[in-house]
Amino acid sequence: MLNRSITVLSGLLFGAGLVVSGMADPAKVLGFLTLDANWDPSLAVVMAGGLAVTIPGFAWLRRRQRPLLANTFAQPSSATVDWRLLTGAMLFGLGWGLSGYCPGPALVSAGLGQSAALLLVPAMLAGAWLSASLRR
Amino acid sequence: MVSIQSLQLPFAGGLLIGLAALLLYAALGRIAGISGIAYGALWGERAQRGWRWLFLLGLVAGGWLAVRAGMALPVAEWPASPGSKLLLVCAGLLVGVGTQLGSGCTSGHGICGLARLSRRSLLAVLTFMAVGMLAATWLRPLWS
Repeated sequence: MLNRSITVLSGLLFGAGLVVSGMADPAKVLGFLTLDANWDPSLAVVMAGGLAVTIPGFAWLRRRQRPLLANTFAQPSSATVDWRLLTGAMLFGLGWGLSGYCPGPALVSAGLGQSAALLLVPAMLAGAWLSASLRR
Repeated sequence: MVSIQSLQLPFAGGLLIGLAALLLYAALGRIAGISGIAYGALWGERAQRGWRWLFLLGLVAGGWLAVRAGMALPVAEWPASPGSKLLLVCAGLLVGVGTQLGSGCTSGHGICGLARLSRRSLLAVLTFMAVGMLAATWLRPLWS
């Protein structure tokens, strides 16, 4: 029960953070990604705010053998830089720059009934499914 | 013109996102990567689907609560033209394929991966930031 409450709480904080920061609004994200006279540094400031918490927090956790309420820390599936990682990051960057949506903001906006995100999210899930299918 | 005031909410929102990621990792050892959580909720190992749905439920509810508390979430303005709908669908496909193939997005690589000091995540972030800027600055205007 505690684990579940923490999971929901983490989601709540994350979703609220996306709206509070302005990152759930694709226009705001495009304002950062579009390099022109109206350049908006907000997204960099959001990253800085996030990292201001996670960098010291994760550094503290590195000295621990296990999380507070579970047995192991999740390990990334791969440790090497390969073509999958870089091609994936490029394709993601392309879609992100064209629309201003990355997965978190897209899901929140779709969940709140925004029509642009309701169009984008099914395509995103189809893309992920397709990519996973081709890898098998 | 950018003012310090205009950056207060982005910073505060960033702190909330960081807190969310730290809480999930510190308590349960799980990475708050939204793309991984979303795809895992649908197609991951069955025993690991439940917590992912709970997180996603919280994610949307958290956004809703923030709007209820008076935070702005403007309706994304997209022209109703077939071209702009096609753009959204293509962008969605690219985001889906890219984050699946590249094992993460802005949250997993950006907020968590960088804090884990992962070289993979650093390269992924630099790549999607650079390509995102190229696409938004030069490609997007060509479409409309």
